[in-house]
Amino acid sequence: MHKLLNDSPGEQIMLLGNEAIARGAIEAGVAFATTYPGTPSSEISLNLFQMSRESDLYFEYGPNEKVALEVAAAAANSGLRTFCMMKHVGLNVAADPLMTLAYVGVTAGMVILTADDPAMFSSQNEQDNRYYAKFGNLPMLEPSSVPEAKEMMKYAFKLSEQLKQPVLLRTTTRINHSNAFVTFGKMEKRITRGRFERDQTRCVTVPAVSRQLHTKVLEKMAKAKEISEGCEFNLQEGEGRFGIIVNGVSYHYALDAITDLGIADKAKLLRLGFSNPMPEKQIKTFLKGCEKVLVIEEGEPFMEEAVKAFAQEACITIPINGKSENLFSRLYEYDPAMVREKTAAYFGIDYTPAKKVSTDNVPQIPMRPPNLCSGCSHRATFYEIKKAAEGMDIICPNDIGCYTLGFLPPLNMGDFVICMGSSVSTSCGFSKATDQKVISFIGDSTFFHSGITGLVNAVFNNHNFTLVILENDITAMTGHQPHPGVDMGRFGLDGYGRVNIENLVKALGVEHISVIKPFKVKKSIETIKEALAFKGVSVIISQEPCALYAKSLKLLKPRAFRITDRCKDHKDCITTIACPSFYLEDGKVNIDADTCVGCAVCAQICPENAITPLKK
Amino acid sequence: METTRLIIVAVGGQGNLLASKVLGEAALISDVPVRMSEIHGMAQRGGVVESAIVFGDATSSIISDGEADILLGFEPSETLRALNRCSKNTKVITNTATSPPFTVAIGKGVYPEVENIKNLLSEKCASLVAIDAMKLAKQAGSPMSVNIVLLGALVQTGSLGFTRETVIQAIKRRTKKSFLDKNIKAFELGFKAAFAYN
Repeated sequence: MHKLLNDSPGEQIMLLGNEAIARGAIEAGVAFATTYPGTPSSEISLNLFQMSRESDLYFEYGPNEKVALEVAAAAANSGLRTFCMMKHVGLNVAADPLMTLAYVGVTAGMVILTADDPAMFSSQNEQDNRYYAKFGNLPMLEPSSVPEAKEMMKYAFKLSEQLKQPVLLRTTTRINHSNAFVTFGKMEKRITRGRFERDQTRCVTVPAVSRQLHTKVLEKMAKAKEISEGCEFNLQEGEGRFGIIVNGVSYHYALDAITDLGIADKAKLLRLGFSNPMPEKQIKTFLKGCEKVLVIEEGEPFMEEAVKAFAQEACITIPINGKSENLFSRLYEYDPAMVREKTAAYFGIDYTPAKKVSTDNVPQIPMRPPNLCSGCSHRATFYEIKKAAEGMDIICPNDIGCYTLGFLPPLNMGDFVICMGSSVSTSCGFSKATDQKVISFIGDSTFFHSGITGLVNAVFNNHNFTLVILENDITAMTGHQPHPGVDMGRFGLDGYGRVNIENLVKALGVEHISVIKPFKVKKSIETIKEALAFKGVSVIISQEPCALYAKSLKLLKPRAFRITDRCKDHKDCITTIACPSFYLEDGKVNIDADTCVGCAVCAQICPENAITPLKK
Repeated sequence: METTRLIIVAVGGQGNLLASKVLGEAALISDVPVRMSEIHGMAQRGGVVESAIVFGDATSSIISDGEADILLGFEPSETLRALNRCSKNTKVITNTATSPPFTVAIGKGVYPEVENIKNLLSEKCASLVAIDAMKLAKQAGSPMSVNIVLLGALVQTGSLGFTRETVIQAIKRRTKKSFLDKNIKAFELGFKAAFAYN
């Protein structure tokens, strides 16, 4: 049985933050869950997906976050406890249903999780999604630790049912990807069949209805504010004239700073865990008696600006600071030493930071950037496109997935990346605005996510570019989740449909479609040349399963290659495709037989035919 | 309880996260509070994987630059890269078997001499244990158990306060049954090698 389904209250277990969140949902009796995977949230849905196969929990991967949220909205309005999770930028995609779902509300508990990524460990921006709660009139909770994340999940469902409003649970990477001991609680019974009761004055948002609903939302938020006052998750600790207001992971950095600086007798701390709407009265009371107040929050000055406004209303004129040139930054994540140092400086405490060792005489260490894997079919496709487009003045919009790494040398295929699906639509713009040849790249999962509408636009407006769809049969980057083009039989599941990309592209009206097998280098290059020569929208579908995934399914049996004596040391293999299985020994190229999967692309490129299969 | 801050650096695929889980389990057995944080976004694509493990009373789950009490490196150039996490009081344990990054093969950088890495680490930090964990792992029967060899070396230094028996118990709870014999052997080999190093 899945470890998170154990009905063993009191059991102590080491869990990843994302596992604790999934367990929290199970303990809350969640019956229906949807997502589009995105780091740092992916392990939450992965665990729910696994549990759904062993229980009556319903779980589905949607093609994108908007669809996932709409599917969830219906379940939550049919009386089922519902959970929808995504990464922070995913909430942008889901923002359209989010803003009006807040008007409509829910009939059973609904939690929407946004996993923010300060410092952008695996994201294209570090937007602070707390503003969505304010913008959309949604109550918001923010955990400070792994065990608390589980408890907050349960509270979030209760709060949602109390207000009949979806609740936003906002995490950051350091919650999602931390491990700590968690104690299992009781599991509530799942109610897995619901009924939708018609209520057009709430659920059909024509202007006349929505005008009424907006009033009701504000009433709900007023009630939420009352609950926020004195909520168990808005903690106040200590007494003193130094006020510190914190949220999320900064809470622990601040607690450690207070201990390390020896100011426990001078400092009082307010941790906002229920941070929208903020507990106005509690904050005003907290401010009274403070000499000065420091607000510690990663990201934007969300709490700081609110606290300053509350102080103004209460005629409190003490210094309240957070973000400034000398204090905390709006950039990246914080750490314990930074919080200790800024806290000491702000309150005038003597403090000498730990001395780091000098790295002056340390030699330059070669970088270790992430790389496309050995035997990754994307590498082959990029190489072939580059060859076929030799001599052309090209622009290569790329998209979000493993293949974004194609922008790195020596492939250098990637000139413009902003968000999921943007490769297709920006190609439309580039092709109309310039005379350059536009060749863009999108993965299969990303194409389903938001590439299709761009392609519809290209056909309708008669654009001129070549789109390469990299069909590797899986959502690879986030850890091998399914997508609508996947054979679910590989997951041992039946009863799923399957959308064929070639048929879909044909149905959209694309006139020039070709399919390549990227490990056949010469043939692929010829096919690509034809597609590039076509005036209008041409689509190349490059089909080869993700090597890592194929290996894990044992669909791929690695057969390593080697470099023979025929090698004349041109190093074309290394300098053109840069597969990580190559290494240099005494200046000569070698192939690491442990990592080579035998795609044979290098063997087809070598001018001396010096690369051959390793004999067993 | 005194706080001990451990940073583990490794290359994707070296089993850093499993090593962290074993130490977490050892902490549970020993009734020591523990929090861990990991960065593994692109680990499967050959990047660096870093775990921060905080034992004791501090409540944060990450470790600032210059504040690691112990640095455990699974790959020598990565150990050296993490030197900014150390102070002169940091104890360092490193593997000496290299996995040069791909950038070296394409001529974008030179891999430093391992002897030079060892000299720099021992000159700048409080102590150094440097062992060829790959050789020992192969000796134990599996190149996959480099992580467990290094755990053996870490435990031998005594810097975590966990006994050998506790960690072996944690290995039993946390690693695959089919690998158990090899892992125990790997742990013992690492333990002995660290003892011999001093």
